[in-house]
Amino acid sequence: MAQNRSTGVERVDVTAVVEPSALDDLIGVLRRRGFRVLGPTVRDGAIVYDELESAAELPVGWTDRQEAGTYRLERREDDARFGYAVGPHSWKQFLFPARLRLWRARADGGEPMVEEEPLDETPLAFIGVRACELNAIAIQDKVFTGGKFVDRDYAARRRGIFVVAVNCGEPAGTCFCVSMDSGPRVEQGYDLALTEVLDGEHRFLVEAGSAAGEEVLAELSSRPAEVADRAAATAVTDSAAERMGRSMESFGLRELLADNLEHPRWDEVAERCLTCGNCTMVCPTCFCTSVEDTTDLTGQETARTRVWDTCFSLDYSYIHGGSVRTSARSRYRQWLTHKLGTWHDQFDTSGCVGCGRCITWCPVGIDITDEVAALRGEETDDATAA
Amino acid sequence: MATAAEASAAGAFVPVPFRVADRRRETADTWTLALAPVGGGFAVAPGQFVMVWAFGVGEVPISVSGPPERPGECVVLTVRDVGAVTHAICTSEPGAVLGLRGPLGNSWPVEAAEGGDVVVVAGGIGLAPLRPVILHTLARRSQFGAVSVLYGARTPLDLLYTDELSRWSDELAVEVTVDAADTSWAGRVGVVPKLLEQAEFRPEVASAFVCGPEVMIHFTVEALRERGLPDERIFLSLERDMRCGVGLCGHCQLGPTLICRDGPVYTQAQVARFTEVREL
Amino acid sequence: MQQQLDEILTQVPFFGGMGEAEIALIAGCGRNVHFDAGETIFRQGDPADNFFVVRHGTVAVGNFVPPRGELVIETLEAGDLLGWSWLFPPYRSHFDARALSPVRATQFDGACLRDKCAADPAFGYDLMSRFAQVLIERLQWTRLRLLDIYGDGR
Repeated sequence: MAQNRSTGVERVDVTAVVEPSALDDLIGVLRRRGFRVLGPTVRDGAIVYDELESAAELPVGWTDRQEAGTYRLERREDDARFGYAVGPHSWKQFLFPARLRLWRARADGGEPMVEEEPLDETPLAFIGVRACELNAIAIQDKVFTGGKFVDRDYAARRRGIFVVAVNCGEPAGTCFCVSMDSGPRVEQGYDLALTEVLDGEHRFLVEAGSAAGEEVLAELSSRPAEVADRAAATAVTDSAAERMGRSMESFGLRELLADNLEHPRWDEVAERCLTCGNCTMVCPTCFCTSVEDTTDLTGQETARTRVWDTCFSLDYSYIHGGSVRTSARSRYRQWLTHKLGTWHDQFDTSGCVGCGRCITWCPVGIDITDEVAALRGEETDDATAA
Repeated sequence: MATAAEASAAGAFVPVPFRVADRRRETADTWTLALAPVGGGFAVAPGQFVMVWAFGVGEVPISVSGPPERPGECVVLTVRDVGAVTHAICTSEPGAVLGLRGPLGNSWPVEAAEGGDVVVVAGGIGLAPLRPVILHTLARRSQFGAVSVLYGARTPLDLLYTDELSRWSDELAVEVTVDAADTSWAGRVGVVPKLLEQAEFRPEVASAFVCGPEVMIHFTVEALRERGLPDERIFLSLERDMRCGVGLCGHCQLGPTLICRDGPVYTQAQVARFTEVREL
Repeated sequence: MQQQLDEILTQVPFFGGMGEAEIALIAGCGRNVHFDAGETIFRQGDPADNFFVVRHGTVAVGNFVPPRGELVIETLEAGDLLGWSWLFPPYRSHFDARALSPVRATQFDGACLRDKCAADPAFGYDLMSRFAQVLIERLQWTRLRLLDIYGDGR
């Protein structure tokens, strides 16, 4: 019996089959239990994560076409609820908000009294979490709670989450989770895991990953899973694993990057990179922040807000006299060598889960799998310039 | 007074109030402030830094140049006015309240250097984080062999702690040099690394503590290596942009290390590989 | 007197490793001198046909820069060389040199040394190599100061 990382409770192998309509009941059960339910929905031509009130808001019958610098939604021929990969949003926006007020202070004529913001402990339920995303959450757990100083806000939000994971059946053109050993099948960290089967009988195999998951599953109408159901579900993820859009040789990346800080490839990619920072915004593990101190008009009240930051900005590395990294070359190198290399030194894990978002959302289509291949001295598919 | 460990957990995220007890001008753009804790205060090891908060303006990392030795004693900071936050700090009058988060970072291994010779090499404001090392060698003078302080600044008007420099030279070998001067300066004119040729220390038992602009550190390390000092006994204090000071914002990275968390003190052996890479 | 000078020169790092005969050649062009604190050693524009090896004390090398006055570019100590203008025409000093403290030095006649270098090219090459090394090091330190690293580059 394996440990379930989301609740730390021993996992029991409870598996059932539910019909698509059960998803509406699932959302209802979670809302009644006090969770704020978040999940995928179509908006502005993309599948994003937002609050869900019913299963009708899921991207029913939608799929995505992703390539370097390209993201399009397309209609499917079926009513699949999760027939797509991942969009520009990741779950980090809920666990690690883009803007967070840390504290306020008043200058009461003498000593400023600092008042910390109360922690947000609203229970969150995530619907549709992919294996790569679960791994990304586990990586951010290390960053925010694994060191000497723990980020209490992250810890508070993280503590109560209920995870309904989805095993991927439809990888995108930029996916490479198999290369990073982080998918397409979920391994840990979930309360319920769904696998959508579309072999004529549209149904979901549901696996409980925790006691809380079991309880919620018990409130849905289901039938026991048969051998054929399990086989069908396994076939879905096996097929997904074979249809990865990309691959990346991940062995020895830490050393490869540390040994190639002056490789000519950095000059080459610098000619394309706009330092726009899109990759850092969509990456589910990027965690850099800055702080802003603001005052009201009287100057008597001040507040400090933590905001997402990007290592691609000029200001990021500013010390008196100038920025340490002014060239695009140095900033791109910082991002990639951190993500795939020095993350290991700092947090004992890679920073990349192979979700492919950085490739899809780069306006000039820079592909990190290509960049790594180039650093390894291999042939690359350099047809990605905009 | 809270122990460094207790204080570090509590005072790491929220600034703790300190009142300006004394304010002294060192040079045209540098002031030394003595800050008295409003509450309990905390202990600071040589080389550690604090995040200094000016109400409504912002926060910057500043090395502590005078650690409190007894509970309730002041934290001494030497600050150069180079931006909005440091300007607010430098213009804080006695009685004003600043917020401190800390102590943060690791420290100069002064105890481990006991029993041997010490070479302190400072460039410009780099003398401020090294002052605690100098004070430690003076307090425990008999535990050390030869102690040299080699200090360089731009001009004689940019020298810090001028009254202390002459007092220190009673017990330590203090050599001061400037980049340029007029004839009112009767001392040395030239670069700091050159002072290492004649400095008195035995390379086999010496530890060097170096702080200053990176270019100066580079040439100083070369000169120290020339004298036979191994990289494991050359200690540097490095600096990068910091926003949180507690290893969570990512800004202070230098290759694989986070300076606020693993530093700011390193041996040359640990960082040689990274400090030589441009714009890393 | 000559023998004393030979012995003194073998102690000077600049001549380190030179053979007895070469030391004697150089010593033949040299004599010991001393300056009081504050005494001018040479001024910018003076005919420069000597170079000095400082053996004791501190020498300030500088220029008069109106309207700022006399500025010190570098201070030299025991073992340092003072004076390059004897190497090539027009043999005139470009800087002022002043003793900051009592100074003992060995002064070498430029014309005498130039003749000996011409007569013995191997000796001349060795001496010029040593000068080149010192000049390079001085240039390196001067360039470091030009970077104005303690400032903000403004």
